[in-house]
Amino acid sequence: MSEYLLEMKNVSKAFPGVQALSNAQLQLKPGHVHALMGENGAGKSTLMKCMFGIYKMDKGQILIDGQPVTIKDPMEALSKGIAMVHQELQPIPARTIGENIFLGRYPMKKLLGFIPVVDHEKMYDDTAKLLKKVKLRFNPRQMEGTLSISQMQLVEIAKAVSANCRVLILDEPTSSLTQNEVESLFNIINDLKNEGVAIVYISHKMDEILRISDEVTIMRDGQYIGTWEAKDLTTTSIITKMVGRELKNLYPVRENVPGEVVFEVKDFTSINPKSFRHVSFNVRKGEILGIGGLVGAQRTELMEGLFGIRSHTKGKIFLHGKELKITRPKDAIDHGVAMLTESRRTSGIMGVLSVADNISISSLKKYLDYNISINSKKVENLVQENVKKMNIKTPSSKTAIQSLSGGNQQKVIIGRWLANDPEVLILDEPTRGIDVGAKYEIYCIIAELAKQGKSILMITSEMGELLGMSDRIMVMCDGKCTGIIDGKDATQEKVMALATQFD
Amino acid sequence: MTAAKIENKSFFSRFVATAKSNPIVVLLVAVSFVVGFTVPNFFSWGNLGNLISNTAIRFLIALGVSGCLITKGTDLSAGRQVGLAACIAGVLIQRGDYTGRLFKGIPEMNMWVVFLIVLAVGALIGCINGLIISRLKVPPFITTLGTQTIVYGICLVFTDAQPIGGFQSVYTRLITGRIGSVSGFYLPYLLFVAVVFGLLFWFIYNKTCHGKYMYAIGGNEVAAEVSGVNTKNTLLRIYIIAGVMYAIAGYLLAAKSGGASASMGMGYELEAIAGCTIGGVSTTGGIGTVPGVLVGVLVFELLKIVLQFLGVNPYYNYVVQGLVIVVAVALDIRKYIAKK
Repeated sequence: MSEYLLEMKNVSKAFPGVQALSNAQLQLKPGHVHALMGENGAGKSTLMKCMFGIYKMDKGQILIDGQPVTIKDPMEALSKGIAMVHQELQPIPARTIGENIFLGRYPMKKLLGFIPVVDHEKMYDDTAKLLKKVKLRFNPRQMEGTLSISQMQLVEIAKAVSANCRVLILDEPTSSLTQNEVESLFNIINDLKNEGVAIVYISHKMDEILRISDEVTIMRDGQYIGTWEAKDLTTTSIITKMVGRELKNLYPVRENVPGEVVFEVKDFTSINPKSFRHVSFNVRKGEILGIGGLVGAQRTELMEGLFGIRSHTKGKIFLHGKELKITRPKDAIDHGVAMLTESRRTSGIMGVLSVADNISISSLKKYLDYNISINSKKVENLVQENVKKMNIKTPSSKTAIQSLSGGNQQKVIIGRWLANDPEVLILDEPTRGIDVGAKYEIYCIIAELAKQGKSILMITSEMGELLGMSDRIMVMCDGKCTGIIDGKDATQEKVMALATQFD
Repeated sequence: MTAAKIENKSFFSRFVATAKSNPIVVLLVAVSFVVGFTVPNFFSWGNLGNLISNTAIRFLIALGVSGCLITKGTDLSAGRQVGLAACIAGVLIQRGDYTGRLFKGIPEMNMWVVFLIVLAVGALIGCINGLIISRLKVPPFITTLGTQTIVYGICLVFTDAQPIGGFQSVYTRLITGRIGSVSGFYLPYLLFVAVVFGLLFWFIYNKTCHGKYMYAIGGNEVAAEVSGVNTKNTLLRIYIIAGVMYAIAGYLLAAKSGGASASMGMGYELEAIAGCTIGGVSTTGGIGTVPGVLVGVLVFELLKIVLQFLGVNPYYNYVVQGLVIVVAVALDIRKYIAKK
């Protein structure tokens, strides 16, 4: 019998254009909490999804009790005693807590001896027992939708526990929990430990890791770096191991010279108390302000707040010292602010429409004849100008944008915003899902725009990009700005330290 | 990609490509040729004029609905709005000396004044639809299902479910008028109405900001909003324009039929939606052209006439028309799935 309850060996997984995992490994002992750590995109979630059968491994092996097994879907993972609490919850708000917990495996009984129906009584009794076990005081018949996000998270954990799992994967379980709730979660984890369950704990919060875990495995760029006893590690040593890689020269030389302050934000606070709060910063003319932080640091929310996609309760925005009132994207656009959104597919491209339609949509009023009729020659000029300037590869201006590659789509959307000649350009993950060659081209475009005197705010989750492209770096953690550092002095360690500065 | 491929090819290969992507249209045109050469009188001026008149009015309704469909919405109230417009026009245009006059108190009105009143009512109903859909975010299907029923109710109440006749002859003569000989070749005036609105809509859809915004909303509403498009007002305008088009269609239909009743225009919304879909307006939004809508409506009207000439039991018409709708949409969606 193996000393390990579950082992993953030499796991590799590639997505189009990116090697997400190469030869990753993980060994879980019964009754131990195993922390899995790494930067954004290090491959932690991918590895767990391979274990849980959501992704199919290209290469590699999973052993349970020393026996090789194959797990081809989550149902099979559950039947083998593996349960997972996902980072992104997917509850059904209009059904009861009990139904959410027993979804897909309702206890059944026979009506009149032969008609199979759901045994609601048993379901709610079992739910009540479960909730008691995880120390939650809810009525099992209460609607899931009446719970807060963190309460739903605890219900989700109860659900995983109810599967009588031997391995429990918790993917950032505390990201939306309050301190008290974290304590009760830790109590549940300790109970499970004593029952011999192996727990995989993914988190960015160093203090939690050091407190709860027995072993720590660190990953970087899809590779296994090593496994250590938690008691031998410190916050600094973990950070060093997480980021310890050489930065290659992947970025263009920048010739922009930051000038006077153009855009200023003071005490900006979301209407959602869990989101961004009390954020103040400024951006200069011709400056690239990088915005770093971990997933969930509310960077996108902050930028969308500034652009009028999300609402804020407090705070002021100034452009050239004049206060702006922004309640919807159009207000921001009218004042010369542009925003490249994070998800090209959901809020960037209009897939079935042509490149010309996509590039001209936010500046159409410029191409009107007699104030009514759109001059298609002027639109065509705009397309050709951008095609030449940004090297957009498209068969024609009439081609549907969805048939272009990600990089070319992104250039078209950048072109859409530049057509308005904005002063402030917000770029949210401008190179996400783009291959390396096109990435460099986008960096060059960004550098050129800064040189022309545009003020650029760039969110990026890639450490290299953040350090390589920013004049200054604002780091956020848990909705707050934890520091602004000069690009020249910035190191990965400094950024990571600020990014993990939870209260 | 397809667009680019087609651009560099000859007229013939373009024709083949177009035919391949519209199999239903090709099939129906082929069938009508077969019918034309086997059934006498199918190819006649009278039949052509009839086809044009029928198509013209349906085309106006389909143009109205097309904007709703392109923005991923729909308008189930179209047919009832046509009926209401026809009834309002009918009541107000009745001759002063007509014995069956519904409202004896009101004076005989000029047909153009009535036209403006009908337009105003159409715009008002469209505006209500548009406000509910764009401001209250009620799904268009539900919104227009509601207004459909309300409009029908109003129409029944004020006409008391009575048929309306006895129109001023100037009204019926003008709208059913024609250019050409009585027995030979002729073109109904309705053709010119359809041409004018066809051109106007082509201009709106291709050349104005409103048109581009409409396609943008259909393509990706969130992206359009983020790009600074006033999506609420664009949707509102679309439903107002639709209401006005139904009103015009109703006004013309009453004259063409020589009478009106609350049940007039029953089911026209479904015919219009079917016509648009057969003509390539995508149910997933963002796609659709004015020529496409025309072809779709024309093909649907052609189908009806073909069935009539073949002597098919009229009750079967519904079965065949229903089949055509489902097959056309299934083929349209197949094209979309194949791309993935």
